[in-house]
Amino acid sequence: MRASTRIRRKAVVLAAVASLGTGLLAGCADDGDNESGSSNGGDGSGKTTITLGLFGTFGFKEAGLYDEYMKLNPDVVIKENVVERNENYYPALVNHLTTNSGLMDIQGIEVGNIAEVVATQSDKLLDLSKYGKKADYLEWKWQQATTKDGTTVGLGTDVGPMAICYRKDLFQQAGLPTDREEVAKLWAGDWKKFVDVGRDYQKKAPKGTTFMDSPGGLINAILSSETERFYDASGKVVYKQNPAVKAAFDLTAEAAEDGLVGNQTQFQPAWDTTIANSKFAAMSCPPWMLGYIKGKSKPEAKGKWDVAAAPKSGNWGGSFLAVPKSGKNTEAAAKLAAWLTAPEQQAKLFKVQGSFPSTPAAYTMPEVTSAKNDMTGDAPIGEIFAEAAKNAPVQVIGPKDQIIQQGLTDNGVILVAQGKSPAEAWENAVKTIDNNLDQ
Amino acid sequence: MTTGHDTTAASPSTEGGAAPGRPPGDAAAVEKERRHRARLSRRWQRDVRWSPYAFVSPFFLLFVAFGLFPLVYTGWASLHKVELTAPTDMDWVGLRNYTRIFDDEFFWNAAQNTLTIGIISTVPQLLMAMGLAHILNYKLRGSTFYRVAMLAPYATSIAAASLVFVLLFGRDYGMINWALGLVGVDNIDWQNETWASQIAVSTIVIWRWTGYNALIYLAAMQAIPQDLYESAALDGANRWQQFFHVTLPSLRPTILFTTVVSTIGASQLFGEPLLFDANKGASGGSQHQFQTLGLYLYEQGWVNQHLGRASAIAWTMFLILILIGIVNYVISRRLRASS
Repeated sequence: MRASTRIRRKAVVLAAVASLGTGLLAGCADDGDNESGSSNGGDGSGKTTITLGLFGTFGFKEAGLYDEYMKLNPDVVIKENVVERNENYYPALVNHLTTNSGLMDIQGIEVGNIAEVVATQSDKLLDLSKYGKKADYLEWKWQQATTKDGTTVGLGTDVGPMAICYRKDLFQQAGLPTDREEVAKLWAGDWKKFVDVGRDYQKKAPKGTTFMDSPGGLINAILSSETERFYDASGKVVYKQNPAVKAAFDLTAEAAEDGLVGNQTQFQPAWDTTIANSKFAAMSCPPWMLGYIKGKSKPEAKGKWDVAAAPKSGNWGGSFLAVPKSGKNTEAAAKLAAWLTAPEQQAKLFKVQGSFPSTPAAYTMPEVTSAKNDMTGDAPIGEIFAEAAKNAPVQVIGPKDQIIQQGLTDNGVILVAQGKSPAEAWENAVKTIDNNLDQ
Repeated sequence: MTTGHDTTAASPSTEGGAAPGRPPGDAAAVEKERRHRARLSRRWQRDVRWSPYAFVSPFFLLFVAFGLFPLVYTGWASLHKVELTAPTDMDWVGLRNYTRIFDDEFFWNAAQNTLTIGIISTVPQLLMAMGLAHILNYKLRGSTFYRVAMLAPYATSIAAASLVFVLLFGRDYGMINWALGLVGVDNIDWQNETWASQIAVSTIVIWRWTGYNALIYLAAMQAIPQDLYESAALDGANRWQQFFHVTLPSLRPTILFTTVVSTIGASQLFGEPLLFDANKGASGGSQHQFQTLGLYLYEQGWVNQHLGRASAIAWTMFLILILIGIVNYVISRRLRASS
């Protein structure tokens, strides 16, 4: 009896150890797979595995592009690894690039970081100019990822021509027009007019709602429509001296003081809740934001949104795909990157995910011209955003754009919404940014 | 008889001597054998002398690779201007990274936050742990269950715990503000008010470590001889008097240990404030109101990519920790001397 319990106990222990061990091994195997990225399948079938490291919602998978590519190329298996926030993704990417380890075969790069990557990491990345067709892309988009000596380290996936998304129902309750042409006219040409519309809204606003979602959203919208923001054309940091930046800050601070924007930080759970609960009436909105709104809304919000032209056209976001040289299947990865960013695929991506193509050839494709979105009913979003893309300024981007923008938002205008004076908020932002930039 | 005697007498010569069987060069073999033995014995001696070092070497090799080398290299990097984007390009700047810490208001702000968060998390934590241990030290039904339950928070990952606490402490939809609302307290902005945010971060720490410390106290309490309590009871001491005059003095070394460990833990506080930040940056709130030294180090190194500055901060933290260690040592010597 005792012997048998002992045996049984031993068996249980062995089983536990074995399962733990396999768990660990599986963990290691998984890791190793990610690390080498592309060891030939590992399942013995001789397939090439291509891994993608992405942030946020690129939407390749959701748009079925991986499946389509794997059907076209039966010897390829595609895996993606997505980090939600670029602020978490990018430092790790830089770390991986400098140590040449832990990299995926294809890495996404946000437009806010592309200048730094081009300046400091171009020797670690494959020149994709042989794979992508330069003529396909918007000139400035191609240029952003190209070094002075002509190495193109990333292929553009999308751009973020910006419009204003607004809630028709809330606008109506506040006594504002709801037709997108009329709405656009209210604020055409000047962000000050936009804030004034916000004041009108707030006078008769449905209880518990604000005109805009967050101070960060507003300052970002204004800054996105400026040609020169944080760096001048020669690459010098000028955010403190640039009157456009101060004006954007002051206008946002004013709106926050008057309670026109909610006290929220974008892309946070609490902010998501304000979308779900319809707590604000308007937000600056590049095409990809429609996908985000859709993801966070309750079903009954369908069709209640509409899209109007922004006071000034701007560009918010957009990404690139880069191929690290250290990968094992750089050739296959580069081909996949070129395929994913070709006009046809970008058009499909826009249809499903709302990422606006960075390839003008796609603008006349039916997927774009006839695009509709669940959230915005039958608004011709393809035309509106194509118009915005044409009018968007070619922006000067610098290596530390993201740090500066984050300082102005998270350590700046948000404080006004929390009751600090605009002067205090500006001082806090400048101190933070200067300390962060100081090497 | 004689034959019998003969055989017995002869047998040793034929067997033991084995002379006929053995080759004539016997001396050589013996010598070889002796040398073999000596070699074995030398090897054995070497074995005895050096094997222990081999057995302990993995720790030291790992320590050199993952402890000492990074420490020294960090010190070297702290004397340079070096960026994460190109860690091999180092520009010598001497002690500049250290001297600037003196007027770096963000560093001192972080140091102060670390101190206050450390105090408001460690003190209640250890007091509660003591109380819990005292209760668990009574005979209770299902005491094993309670003991395991106490350790559950410690076994939870920081990330999971912090994310739950972020939801609980949410300003608009958080459960804690909802509960406070029931008793008429206005919504508290747990993220953005200095004290509120520091208390919230401390709560995560307290929740996580109280049970752990309670079990350590419990173990120490159970080692206190029962007759001390019996004689105290005979002298007419009640439960409280027993606790203060028997339990506490006996626990002094344990209390000291937990204090030192908690102090070190508090000065390295990182995960909780990082995950508590709504901006998902490393600035510890919009006004750096709960940025700890660990978080500031991380922000400089991995967000702003200034490895040289981050290394200097790391070394300064190291020195501060040594200082705290010395203070702890002095206090404990005083305590021991006074007892």
